[in-house]
Amino acid sequence: MTPLLDVRNLKTFFFTSGGLIKAVRGIDFSIDAGQTLALVGESGCGKSMTALSVLRLVPPPGRIVEGKILFEGEDLMRLPRPEMRRIRGNRISMVFQEPMTSLNPVFRIGDQIGEVLRLHKGLDAEAAAEAAADLLTQVGIPSARQRLRDYPHNLSGGMRQRVVIAMALAGDPQLLIADEPTTALDVTIQAQILELLQSLQRERTMATLLITHDFGVVAETADRVCVMYGGLVMEDAPVTEIFANPGHPYTQGLLACVPRLGEHKKRLVPISGQLPAGGGGEDGCPFLERCPKPFAPCRDKLPPLREITPGHQVRCWRE
Amino acid sequence: MDPLLEVQDLRKSFWVKSDRFGGPKQELRAVNGVSFALHPGETLGLVGESGCGKSTTGKLIMRLLESDGGRVNFEGQNILELSARQIRPLRRRMQMIFQDPYSSLNPRARVGDIVGEAFRIHGTAGRGERQDKVIELLRTVGLTAEQYHRYPHEFSGGQRQRIGIARALALHPSLIIADEPVSALDLSIQAQVVNLLQDIQEEFSLTYLFIAHDLSLIEHISDRVAVMYLGQIVELAPSDEIYAHPRHPYTEALLNAVPVTDPRKRKKRIALGGEVPSPLNPPPGCIFHPRCPYARDVCRKEPPPLEEKKPAHVAACHFSDEVGRLRRA
Repeated sequence: MTPLLDVRNLKTFFFTSGGLIKAVRGIDFSIDAGQTLALVGESGCGKSMTALSVLRLVPPPGRIVEGKILFEGEDLMRLPRPEMRRIRGNRISMVFQEPMTSLNPVFRIGDQIGEVLRLHKGLDAEAAAEAAADLLTQVGIPSARQRLRDYPHNLSGGMRQRVVIAMALAGDPQLLIADEPTTALDVTIQAQILELLQSLQRERTMATLLITHDFGVVAETADRVCVMYGGLVMEDAPVTEIFANPGHPYTQGLLACVPRLGEHKKRLVPISGQLPAGGGGEDGCPFLERCPKPFAPCRDKLPPLREITPGHQVRCWRE
Repeated sequence: MDPLLEVQDLRKSFWVKSDRFGGPKQELRAVNGVSFALHPGETLGLVGESGCGKSTTGKLIMRLLESDGGRVNFEGQNILELSARQIRPLRRRMQMIFQDPYSSLNPRARVGDIVGEAFRIHGTAGRGERQDKVIELLRTVGLTAEQYHRYPHEFSGGQRQRIGIARALALHPSLIIADEPVSALDLSIQAQVVNLLQDIQEEFSLTYLFIAHDLSLIEHISDRVAVMYLGQIVELAPSDEIYAHPRHPYTEALLNAVPVTDPRKRKKRIALGGEVPSPLNPPPGCIFHPRCPYARDVCRKEPPPLEEKKPAHVAACHFSDEVGRLRRA
C-alpha cells in the first residue's frame, strides 16, 4: 500500500543575513491513511518547519532546497501554485497552537468557516451557513446556530480551538497537520480537545501529523513517533516501541527527564548542556555535545538511520 | 514549629467594565478568601488552571499587588499592615522567581549588575565585595565567572532562569515564591532547573511556594499541595495523600486529565465537561457544581466549607467520601 504522505530527504534551509540555518537537514517519514504520526522534539528541532514544508508554507528567507513530498503518490513539490492552493485546507489542513493565529478577530466565526466551504466546496451562502453550523456541532460547540454570529473574542480559548478544528475539517481533509494543538490549553480542556480530535479521526479515517513536545500526548494519541533533534529524525518507531525500548540516547534522556504522575522520583535526570542554537556543522552527530555516551565516530561522521528491529530506526553509532 | 508564612482569608477583587462602552463595573473576585500556612523548609505547591488566582495569590503575598483583605503573617509580622518603608527589610527575606526569564531581566544591564543590584539597593555590600559575592552566586546556580559581563540576550532560556534564581538568592531569603519557574523552558532544560531549585533549597534552607499548572511537576517537588479553583482553595493535603486519595472532585478531574505516559495503558478518557465559569458570575452554592459529576441539590444551594476530612487533609466538598469513584487508574 502506498502511504498517504511520504516525505523523502526533505531539506528546508533559511538564508538569513547572519548565515545559513539548516532548519530541516534531510528527513524521511511516511504516514498511512488514518494513522497518527507524532513529530516530537524541543524548540528549534525543525518539527514545525517540517509541518510547514509539507504544505509548502515555509516563510522567507526559508526555502525547501531538496526533497520529495509525495501525497497519494503525487509530488507536491512539482505542483503549480494554484494546484497547491486547492490542496491546502481541502485535502490537507492545519491546526496551530494558538487559535487566534488562524482566526480573524474582526469577522464572525460563521463567515470564517463559511469562507472555507464556499472556496473549497462551492457552496452558496445559505448552504455554507448550514454546513458551518453542522461542523460546529461536530466539534462539540453547543447551540451552534447562535455561535455562528459570535466573534472570536466572544469565545474561550478551548472553544476557539474547536472553531479552528471545525475550519480545518471543512474541506474533509485526508491529512490534518496539528502543530501543538493543545499546548496553549488547560489540562482539562486539553483532555477534551484530544478526545475530540481522536473521535473525529476515527469517524473520518483522517490521518494526523501531530507536532508536539509532550510525551504524554504522544502516548495517548500516536501510532508512530519520530523524535527530532537538530533538524534530523533521530528515532522512528511505533509508539509502544518508543516508550518500551527507546534506542537513541536523546529519546532515552527525554523520557527520563520529565516527572510523571505517581512515579515518586527523588531527583530528575536532566540532559546536560544546552539546546543547539541552529546552524552547526555538517559532520558528526548533532547530539554529540549532550550525549552521555559518545565515542570516536560520533565526532566525524553523521550516523545514518539504521533499523534495529523491524520498523524501528535509530540514528546512532552505538549498537 | 511556628509557620514561616501564614495567609489568612486573603482577598483581592478587580473591577472590570461590564461592556466595552463603560456601564457599571463588575466585581471579579480573583482571590476569594485564601488561607494556608507554610512551614520552614517545606514546599507548598499551588496548582490550578489559568485564571484560578494562583499567580495573584503569589503577588499579593509579595505585595506586588495590594490586597483587599486578610492577613499575611511572615516571620511573625502582618506584612499587609506595613508601610513601604517598613516592609523593605522584610523584602530581602522573601523573593520571587518568574515564569518568563526573557521579560524579567533588564536587556540593557549586564548579568553582574542584575544579580548585584540587590546588594546596591539594600546597601549590604561594598563595590569590591559585591563582585565577589555575585560571582559566587553565579557559580552556585551553575553559571561561570566569565559570564559576569555578559548581557541577558547572550544566554539561553535555561541560563536566563538561572540568572533569575541567582538574583533571588542574593539577599539570603527564607521564602521564595516561584511562579511557573520552568514552564517556559524546554523539557530537557526544565529538569536541570528543577534540580537546581531543589539543591539550593537544601543548601540555603529555603521555603518554597511553588505555583504551577503542571500536576506531575507539582507532585515531584511539593511536600503539600493546594488546589485552587475560581479564586478559592478547594483542597489542601500532603502531596502523597492528595495524589493517591483526592477528596475534591476537581482534584480528581485534574488528575484524570493528565495524559498517561504509557501507550499500553490507553484508556477511555473521563474528560471533565464544560469550562471554568466566568469569575464575574460565579455559580451559587459550590463553585464547582456545574461541572461536578457528584453534584446533588445541596451543592447548588450551599457552598461547602473547607474542612478537615482526614488529619492534615482539607477539602471543600459535601460528598468528599464519594470522590475517587471516577479515578482513572
